[in-house]
Amino acid sequence: MAIVSIRNLTRIFDVSKPWLNRLIERKPKALLTAVSDVSFEIEERTVYALVGESGSGKSTIGKMLVGLLRPSEGHVDIRGVDLAHETDAAKIESIRSDIQMIFQDPYASLNPRWRVRDIIAEPVAARGGATDGLAERLLEQVGLSARDAGKFPHEFSGGQRQRICIARALASEPKLIVCDEPTSALDVSVQAQVLNLMSDLKDQFGLTYLFISHDLTVVQHMADRIGVLYLGRLVEEADPDTLFDDPKHPYTQMLLAAAPKLDGFGREVAPPQGEIPDPINPPPGCAFNPRCPLAADRCRSERPALRTIGGSRVACHFAE
Amino acid sequence: MTSPVLTIRDLTVDIPTRHGILRPVNGVSYDIAAGEILGVVGESGAGKSMAGNAVIGLLNPPAHIATGEILLNGQRIDTLGRDAIRRLRGKEIGMVFQDPLTSLNPLLKIGDQLTETMLAHLDLTQTEARKRAIAALEEVGIPGAAQRVDSYPHEFSGGMRQRVVIALALCAEPSLIIADEPTTALDVSVQAQIIALLKRLCRERGTAVMLITHDMGVIAEAADRVAVMYAGQLAELGPVREVLAAPIHPYTDGLMGSTPLASRGKDRLHQIPGAMPRLDALPAGCAFHPRCPYTQDDCKADPGPRIEDGAGRAACFHPIAREEVA
Repeated sequence: MAIVSIRNLTRIFDVSKPWLNRLIERKPKALLTAVSDVSFEIEERTVYALVGESGSGKSTIGKMLVGLLRPSEGHVDIRGVDLAHETDAAKIESIRSDIQMIFQDPYASLNPRWRVRDIIAEPVAARGGATDGLAERLLEQVGLSARDAGKFPHEFSGGQRQRICIARALASEPKLIVCDEPTSALDVSVQAQVLNLMSDLKDQFGLTYLFISHDLTVVQHMADRIGVLYLGRLVEEADPDTLFDDPKHPYTQMLLAAAPKLDGFGREVAPPQGEIPDPINPPPGCAFNPRCPLAADRCRSERPALRTIGGSRVACHFAE
Repeated sequence: MTSPVLTIRDLTVDIPTRHGILRPVNGVSYDIAAGEILGVVGESGAGKSMAGNAVIGLLNPPAHIATGEILLNGQRIDTLGRDAIRRLRGKEIGMVFQDPLTSLNPLLKIGDQLTETMLAHLDLTQTEARKRAIAALEEVGIPGAAQRVDSYPHEFSGGMRQRVVIALALCAEPSLIIADEPTTALDVSVQAQIIALLKRLCRERGTAVMLITHDMGVIAEAADRVAVMYAGQLAELGPVREVLAAPIHPYTDGLMGSTPLASRGKDRLHQIPGAMPRLDALPAGCAFHPRCPYTQDDCKADPGPRIEDGAGRAACFHPIAREEVA
């Protein structure tokens, strides 16, 4: 059963200059479409990964999912409840405690003046729950020691801090955890430890992850299903084996070819041409058409819809 | 064989503190030849950037070079005074840092920053320097270089800014470039562009490159040889193909194993137990022995063999035996 269902999700940010400047400089309003008409579902107890380069809208989707941002259009249903439009406070409250988030920077996401015990118990304490021994128990579950509860965040290394963030996310016994680049700030060997821990906890607590990352190799290892984003649009969705062995969208193909390979000794790649276009004035039609080797007239006028091809969903006129 | 552009011999950097001397770089030796890219990998705190900073004379006091020598084109540079090493930076040694926004002056047009560097180091007139600035921007692949030369850094995207920084590093035609995490802040597709650019320029001009990064994939694709650092020491040094595909130091082996690519199809990633020791609590003997699966008694007592004179592969008593790789 799908725990999360995202339908036609769109988020537009107003990045205009102030009113007076617009008037004097005769500039129109500037609207940045960070997420454009994205739909996907996350099955219970799976890992859904969103990959994309900076500005592709992956973090914006994560923030809308946990309720930190309101969608401009479309719906985010978590267990059938649309947080942005639901009016029953009890329902909202029960869903909210089911969602937690882990952020990229473990140095910025822990309050340096709080003891680890208080940081971890906060999600429960905020709702008036019992917190006796909770932090100590969770610390041991994430591979730290119960004695660490009395320490402050600065006494820990980056990997240990990320473990504290994970313990905090687990405190309210959530069903869904949104992980926004959880290992990007960590070294490879520490990353391996944290990823293994996340897999173990998923099995142990029956968790569902939305895993946001730019690192294709991490995503390939962790995900059950991968969505590739480009300029706020979902361009391809498939399971890891299909996506990596047989990428169908030209952007996915470009991304996979550009990613460094561990056995790519002296590999001479023709590097991708061009850069991500300006999201305020995206190209008409398919957003990838200025960089796409297959682009035809149709791509410049008509935005391709997501089509189901085999086990994948692809937004390309020419994919087969 | 021609003499190497950069030679580092037994380099040790000390930081005296109230609680004793910390040694972030400990007896490191390697060479870089002309036209060669040496990848320096390691995790945070392994001393890879500190070694790079020692070469360009940018160690922050109280950090200082305690022993060892650094030779650039056969000349000692570690003993030079502040002014002399300053003339060398930019002229003989170019630098590319991780964050292109902080290495460019936001208040100066990029053309002015390029000409400033060239006028400081080369005997050129203003007009010649400007011409060369445009040529340098063209060479690093900035479209419309003649117009863009009068743009400010904020008008460029991250990838384009890093190209400007590379142009800046190359404009005085240095014999060595130190690139410290040049692509870490960039997206995958832009990273591929920058790596391809560095490789091409290095090959065409015969510049030696010290490529400092934590990304094994980047090393595999860009470097000719690789130096793996752990806790301030050189753990393994050799041709990139041999070191990455068939590592013989247990640390390199563990590091390669913990990358998600190497574990494709497995449920769990291989992990090295524990964490890198803090500099004020280095274990006796080999620094890696508490985490090493092959530890024997001699590893705990003796710091182990060193890679000296840029020869040899692994600083380890019990390297992993490998079949000869083709």
